[in-house]
Amino acid sequence: MMKGMTAEQKAELARKFTEAIPHCKALGMVLEKLEDGEAIMSMPYDEKLIGDPRTGVIHGGAVSALLDTCCGSAVMSHPKAPAITATIDLRIDYMRPATPGQKITAKATCYHVTRSVAFVRAVALDEDEGRPVATASGAFTADGDPKRRSTEISNDITDDVSEGGAA
Amino acid sequence: MTLPPNHKRPEPVEVVKQRRDAALSGLVDGVPYVQFLGIQVERHGDELTAILPFDDKLIGNPMLPAIHGGVTAAFLETAAVIQLSWSTLWEDMESGSLDPSTLGPGHMPYLPKTIDLSIDYLRSGLPRDAYARARVVRQGRRYASVHVEAWQDRREKLYAQATGHFLMPGS
Repeated sequence: MMKGMTAEQKAELARKFTEAIPHCKALGMVLEKLEDGEAIMSMPYDEKLIGDPRTGVIHGGAVSALLDTCCGSAVMSHPKAPAITATIDLRIDYMRPATPGQKITAKATCYHVTRSVAFVRAVALDEDEGRPVATASGAFTADGDPKRRSTEISNDITDDVSEGGAA
Repeated sequence: MTLPPNHKRPEPVEVVKQRRDAALSGLVDGVPYVQFLGIQVERHGDELTAILPFDDKLIGNPMLPAIHGGVTAAFLETAAVIQLSWSTLWEDMESGSLDPSTLGPGHMPYLPKTIDLSIDYLRSGLPRDAYARARVVRQGRRYASVHVEAWQDRREKLYAQATGHFLMPGS
């Protein structure tokens, strides 16, 4: 999806992508990479996301929101996947609390797509990348209509970004 | 009419309500993220219903529009944690061994920690208020299993459900 683009265009596309989703914007999510079924997305530490006021650790729900978005993005960037997808199920395992003050980064891989279902796994990390904060695995809907491929839509967005960049 | 010699007059209803509402508020109002999502909790006796009033910032798909799946996950998890803490607090609160005035922002009770959460997305979340009720299926000394259901317009038409496992505080 981001191949053949300049760094500025990639950044612009990533910004547009997350800004189009109100909840992602509200959480300050940033799409850092999106290519062939792989997505990397980060979320800065913010006091409004605190789940335990005693320690300042962010709420598991905010980590879930990041993992869910990242998984959905990975599905949409898969060459065989649909433009539109919805979560069927998602299981999240929490390994440890995220360290307060640190950015959370989610990495998702869409590892298999059938005509109806896309399978994804993801991991959420803070700055200590050796010890995961949470992992997720899920199934997402995949549109059976071959006319609606994610690449067409992403090309539309890409064209849009390129035009914007030239203006 | 004569009362049995060991009869104890029931507490005034205001006293009971005040105590229970204060304990609940301690669980809900002290968590910034719960406030950020705008989650409220309604209480009828010991039964809790979590409410997520719709807001534009909860949208995950602007075209439909639909509530973000991550918001639904967070809502279900929050409802489960509050229910579990509430069930644990209830005995202590009713027996008087816990003073609810000691709860609240800055004096949160220790909350259960989520081990895992498995969410079933049954329908897309419509741009309107959502409700959730959780049931503690099993609670041991260390671990608890909680099931939670969420709906929007009709109670029997769930839009999501989840099962979560939690580590109890102090274990």
